[in-house]
Parts: sequence; structure tokens; C-alpha cells
Amino acid sequence: MNYRMTARLIAIVLRFVALFMLPALVISLILGETGAVWGLLITMAVMALLSCLPLPFPPRRQTMYARDGFVVVALTWFLISLLGALPFWISGAIPSYVDCVFETVSGFTTTGASILTDVEALPKGLLYWRSFTHWLGGMGVLVFLLAITRFTVGSGDSMHIMRAESPGPQVNKLVPQTFHSAQIVYIIYIGMTALQIILMLLGGVSPFEAVTLTFGTAGTGGFAVRNDGLGSYSPYIQWVVTIFMALFGVNFGIYYLLLQRSVKKALRNEELRMYLLIMVLFSLLIFVDILPLFPGYPGDALRHSCFQVASIMTTTGYATADFDLWPQLSRTLLVVLMIVGASAGSTGGGMKCSRVLLLLKSMNRQVRRMLHPNTVKHVSMDGEVVPPETIQNTFAFLSAYCLITITSVCLISLDNFSLETNLTAVLSCLNNIGPGLAAVGPMSNFSAYSDFSKLLLSLNMLLGRLEIFPIIIAFVPSVWKRARG
Amino acid sequence: MRIVVIGEGKVGYTLTRELSREGHDLLVIDNRKDALVQVEERLDVMVLEGNGASVKVQQAAEVGKCDLMIAVTSADETNLLCCMVARKLGCPHTIARIRNPVYAEETYLLREELGLSMTVNPERTTAKEIFGLLQYPSFLKREPFAKGRAEIVALPVRAGGKLDGMVLSDLYTSLKVRVLVCAVERNKEVSIPDGSFRLEGGDHIYVTSTVQSLLQLVKWTGMETQKIRSVMLIGGSRTAVYLARMLADAGIHVKLLETKPDRCEELSSDLPKTEIINADGTSINALLTEGIEETDAVVPLTNMDEQNMVIAMYANSRKVPKVVTKINRGEYCALLPANEAECVVTPLQLTSTNILRYVRAMQNRQGEGVMTLHRLVDERVEALEFRVTQSTRYLGVALKDMPLKPNLLVALITRRDKVMVPSGSDYFAVDDSVVIVTKSDRSFNTLNDIFGGGQKV
Repeated sequence: MNYRMTARLIAIVLRFVALFMLPALVISLILGETGAVWGLLITMAVMALLSCLPLPFPPRRQTMYARDGFVVVALTWFLISLLGALPFWISGAIPSYVDCVFETVSGFTTTGASILTDVEALPKGLLYWRSFTHWLGGMGVLVFLLAITRFTVGSGDSMHIMRAESPGPQVNKLVPQTFHSAQIVYIIYIGMTALQIILMLLGGVSPFEAVTLTFGTAGTGGFAVRNDGLGSYSPYIQWVVTIFMALFGVNFGIYYLLLQRSVKKALRNEELRMYLLIMVLFSLLIFVDILPLFPGYPGDALRHSCFQVASIMTTTGYATADFDLWPQLSRTLLVVLMIVGASAGSTGGGMKCSRVLLLLKSMNRQVRRMLHPNTVKHVSMDGEVVPPETIQNTFAFLSAYCLITITSVCLISLDNFSLETNLTAVLSCLNNIGPGLAAVGPMSNFSAYSDFSKLLLSLNMLLGRLEIFPIIIAFVPSVWKRARG
Repeated sequence: MRIVVIGEGKVGYTLTRELSREGHDLLVIDNRKDALVQVEERLDVMVLEGNGASVKVQQAAEVGKCDLMIAVTSADETNLLCCMVARKLGCPHTIARIRNPVYAEETYLLREELGLSMTVNPERTTAKEIFGLLQYPSFLKREPFAKGRAEIVALPVRAGGKLDGMVLSDLYTSLKVRVLVCAVERNKEVSIPDGSFRLEGGDHIYVTSTVQSLLQLVKWTGMETQKIRSVMLIGGSRTAVYLARMLADAGIHVKLLETKPDRCEELSSDLPKTEIINADGTSINALLTEGIEETDAVVPLTNMDEQNMVIAMYANSRKVPKVVTKINRGEYCALLPANEAECVVTPLQLTSTNILRYVRAMQNRQGEGVMTLHRLVDERVEALEFRVTQSTRYLGVALKDMPLKPNLLVALITRRDKVMVPSGSDYFAVDDSVVIVTKSDRSFNTLNDIFGGGQKV
């Protein structure tokens, strides 16, 4: 492995993360939140110091292989999770460091699961930082790095990093150079974020809430700044958030196609069609199912069902109503949505629609093969043949996904909660959603779990956000062998 | 710039690598999936599977919106078709590789009718390069600059020779003509020397000046090799045909060894002035019989690198005055002992450098930038030619007062068709063309980048 290059990249990431703490610091300074100011200042200093450590060891060669890409991404995410937790801990806002780590991992991985019983008591500066981690984690810290610095020109190395951090079974560049590709993605991301902030402000919420809620939506994270989630906002705000959650769950490549005016090509995208179809279908089903709960107010029922479907499917995890109290069919459908997740190349988590589509298609092919053993048939998507490795990867992902879910559920059962609680807690963390059902439902939180379970769930969130393999690869000993020269 | 490369063979891959390193947007088309997987893994480019000559594929690649299309598939006809389609789709510049000598002679017509911007012929380029080296056998490498008026050449420093142990500033004062040593290779390490640098036996020096001055330098050191009158070519490849013609036209006697009788028949009808021998050039016996000990130069041109290397080594052991080795896979050259492969020609590198030069020139029309580029010492040193413009800083300031970055040299200044090797009191004026020599681990995009304290690249 190329240790020096890895250290250099991580150092640059730390510098940027420290810079990104500045707005939070300014907010805390203005509001006079002394604890938060010290917490942020010390953390920034620690990050700046750590980022200087690799300076005496400049990289001897720039080359990075695919395995280095995985390790860089995994290490970066572990490190920013541990360091990003410091402000909460130092300021004393969250007394236990394990809780701080859980909260930060939940932020960066855009899960939005919280251990806080009283969100409104947190200093505003820290609330801002908590929401900003969603925004940064949504599109990826290293992708951001790729968009602004050009550390290797010409070589395919930067693509290894982009592949490792971006979600989806097939990560493709929008344009020939990774650098430009990352830039385009971030420009679209920033543009849509700005648009949502403006629309939120028009709805009359305070600038602070507009910004933090938008960060939560854009990264499909789900940290709210009020104790009842989004329940107490006006219907206008709730609709805006619904629409933007759905928009951020779409593959950003589609937006690039739209900007290129290839509307036809964009609309023909099979994943997009499936994503929208599931969303509309499930919204209608849940709407009909919960209609009796809102007698005389079908509009409210529609709003709540659309909001919840968009929120769970894009793995945001905002809640306008306590869906844990809804009929069993709606609750089950929401759990199904948790697993399906958003689209590849979006900020959302879960299995991703394209994976589900691939699995269904290859299942269909397998059935045909059983009927006609001599059939030759490729699995194709968007008119192109999907390479067999991609299908194998998808199946490997599915197996790892199931294995992790089962193991995690078994392990957190030690805390003696119901199976429904444990299963949805694990699914919610692994798919980066936030709330689950029963004891971890939308109006409760994860604070009841033991420290061990919290750490395990944090690991689940990281596994889910980075799509399992980078984390597994980082634990393979042979990857850590030092290269000569 | 947006560039499409069709055909990802050896030349295609080298080109893609070089061009993407220069920061261009590249799209690669090939019909072999495995080649594309390789290139996508290693380089920052986009790939497209399909037949590059098909209109549909080119439309999918948006060739019409690209600045340049380069067709380097193995078939000349495909390359020509690719260029025709690209032109019809609106691509302003097209380059095709044409290797078949039959088409190569008709390139003028092809260029006019098909709107080709450039054709490249690796075999002929290689032959030309070897011919140049045989013309002045003292030089190990020649890189022409300023439209051929000046050159950078490589010379060996022989142990115990006149240059061994000489300090560069002494060399410059004792020599009547002005030359400049711009790079020294010692034990596989390259350095950009200053005046206090001391040469050692076994070094290779890269010297720049006009051809006449360089020849005088060679004469002064006493290393002059006598003019070549007879050449032995081994292997009847296409390159050999081109080279034999050039040599015969220059009045040099050529003996060509080829194993296959059929090919010998063809060769003898194509090359009436050349002596064609049907013999195995890899057998020592045949080489001795055909007079390897009497000939002035040996050029192994078989299609196998290993054979070429072994023949070259044998020729060296028989003290042949000039041996030029053709090697396709340049990367292994570094493994050869330095004295066994002093004079190596790599067709792949020549071709890709040719195309790179064209691309740089295209860019130059769009703004100020590198006019020509030459790579020395296995690409580790670059010589870049810039044009001085109004926006160049330190106009009229003497070189010795300029805040130049370390490890670079101003090797040549061409002013109104006059080539000068600059001294400390020379200066830049508008419309000069300036050659900068530097290590290739950093890149200069404009002339202003050479000054310290400016914007870092």
C-alpha cells in the first residue's frame, strides 16, 4: 500500500473538514455558546495538527491502485467520524464519547439516527455542524476533494477513490476526467441545495432552520432541529421537503443529462423509472391504508403518506407523523422501502433501485435458463449489456448485506429489546435511514441501547454508506503490506 | 481539448496516456472489451465499446463536438474510414495512422480529398530517425529545434577522453563555439547541470547548439566517428524498406539480411539498389560471412525486441562503429547495460511524440503555450519551445538577473531566424522563440511559469 500518499490525502481531507467547522464556530461565537466555541476550536486545532503530521513524509510515488482507493476511503471515514465527534464531547453537550461518535457517524453517513432525547437543548453551533455533516457525507468528502484539487492528472487513480466512495453497482464518469466529473456533481448538488434553502425561506422558517433542514434533506440525512421532527412545520414546508427528498434520491447523472438537454435519454433511464414507480405506488397504497386515521382530511393523509414514502425511500428519515402508530400494512411497506433505498449515484442509501433491478433481471434470466437450458441471454440495462462481474458483485453485495444484518441483529439482541425494534434498528442504520419502528420509532431514539450496540450500529452505518466492500477490504491484512520504494 | 482515440493498441495506449496526462478530455473507442478495461483502470479517460468507423458509434461518442479524432487501429482502411466519418460529423481535425507503403505514397491526395489533418507512419518515422543518426554517427540521439536550425544531441563521455573530469565552465571557455550542456545522465540519474558541474567517464551529456557547432565540439573532443559508407540491415520489415531507400538515395551501400526467401524476392524488386541476402541475421555465422566486421553500421530491424537486442550486443562486441537498436517496448531499455544500448530508437515513442506535437501546436493556436516539446533521457527531461509574447514577464532583463526557478535552463533563443545559445547577458524580446530544458516531474504551461515567485503550477 502507498502509505505516504494515503496519509497525504487524509491530511488534506482533515484540513477541509476543519475549515468546514468555521461557520459552526461563527454561529456559536455570535450566540455566545462558550462550550461549543471551545469544543469546535480545540477540534479544529487537533485536525490542523494531525494534518501536518505527514508533511515530513512526502509521497515517493503518486500511484494508487484500486485497493489503495478503498483503504483511503475507509480510513478517512473512520477518522472524520472520530474527530468530528470531538466538538460534542469537549463542549459537554453530549457527555458520553460513544454517544458523540454514534451521532457523528450518523451524521456523515447521512443516517440521521440520534441518541439525543432533547435536540433543542443542543447549542445552535453544534446543531449546525451536526446537520452539515449530512451535507458533506451525502456526496462524499473525498469526492469533494477530487472536485477541487487535482492531485494526479491523467492517471486513473482518482477514479479508484471516486468508485470506492460513490454509491451504486456501477460508478461511471459523466465526462472523461474524474476531476471535472466530481465538479459537475458538486455544482449540481450545491445548486439544488441553494434552491431548496430559498424555497424554505419563502415558506417563512428562520434562516437557521432553513439551512439545517436543507442540509438534512440534501444529504438525505434526516437530523431535525426540533424534538417532534418536521411535524410542527407548515404543510408548504413539508411539501417542499418531500419534493426535494425525492429529487436528491435521483442519480445525479440524470441531472447532468437534463442539463445537456438529453431529456429523452434521461427519461428512458430504467432506474429512474423504477424509482418513480415505486415511490408513486407506495405513496398511493399507504395513502389508502392511512385514510381512516384522518377522517375528513384526505389532503393530510396524502401529505403524510407522500412525505413518509419519500423520506424512507431516499433514506432521509425525517418524520411528520409517528408512522409507528400507522396500520401494519403501511409499517411493513415502509420497512420494504428501507431496504430498496434510493438510486445509485444519489446521496441516498439502501440497496439502491438499480441493484434491486439487476437482481430481479438476473433472477428472471435464471428462471429462463432453467426452462430452456441452452438459452443465451445477457442481462441488459438502459440498452447496454451488464458485464457478468457487475452481476456477481451485486450478488456478493446482497450476501454480505444479509450476513451483516443477521449478525448485527443477533448481537444487539443482547440488550433485550423486541425483534421488531432490533431488526428495524439494524436495517435503519445499515440503510442510512434513521428511525425504525417500535422502540426506535420516529418519535423515539437510540439512547436506550448499550454502548456496545451503539458502536456496532455505527459500524453498520459506515458499512451501509460505503457499501460494505471498502470497509471489509480495509480489514484484510495483506492490503496493509508496505510497498518497496 | 476533447480528443477521441480510436484503436487502443500499443500506440493508442501510449497516446492516450500522454494526452490525458496533459489534461485533455479523452474518449477511447475500441471493439475489444479487455483493452478498454485495461485503459479505464489505469488512465483517467472515458471508454466506449464498438466499431470506431461506424457512424452510430461516433455519434454516441459525440465526435462532431470534439476538437480532434485520432484513428490508430491496426488497419489503414479502417483508420481512413474513421477519419472520413469524423469529418462528415464535423470534427475539425483528424489524424490517421497509415502504414501501408502503397497508401503512404498517396498521402497527399488522401489528405486533400479526405480532409485528413495529418497522417502518421510509424515505420517511416522510425526510418527517418535512424537515417538521421546514421548521417551524424557521433550523436546518440538528435532532436531538431527551431525548424531544424538547432538541435539537442546526446553524446557519451568516454572514460579517459578529453571530456572526462572536465568542469562545464572550463569546457565553454576552451571551446571556440558556443554550446550548452543541458542535461547529464549518470548511473540512470538525470541532472540539469550548472557551470560548476564536473563530467565523468560513462556520463551521457545532452548538448544543444547549431549542428555546425555541435560537430565542432565532437571534433574537438576527438570522438569523431568516420562517415558511414556501408550499412547492414537485419530483417526485411517495412522500416527496413523505407530506411534502405533513404540510405541508397544518400549513396550509402546497404546490405539487407532477411530469412524468408519470398520476402527476399519482394524486397529485391522493391529495392533495386540494395544488396538482398537470404540469410538468418540472428546467426553469428551469417553475420560474419556477410561482413559484420567490415561494415560501418549495423541496424537490427526484426519484429522481435529480443533478437534486436542480442544482435546489437553482438555487433557491439565485434566493434562495429555505429549500432542503432530498434526496440518497441521502451520500458525495458533501462535494464540494458548502458554501453550495450547507447543508441536506441523506439517507434512507439516517436509516433506518439509526433502526434503530441501536433496537439500542442493546435493548442498554441488557441492561446500561448508550448510550441514544441521534446523528451530526452527516457522522457525524464523535457525541452519545451515557447514563443515570447507581450505578456511575458522580465522582457529585456538579462538572464542572469531573472528569478528563474532552480533546475531549469534556457537552452536556446531564436531571434529573427538566428539561433543563439544564450549567455548570462542575453535577454528575451517579443517574438523570440525560447527553448527551456527541465526535468519532466513538473510541468510548465506558459513561459511565465519558469519564473520563481510567480503562480505555482
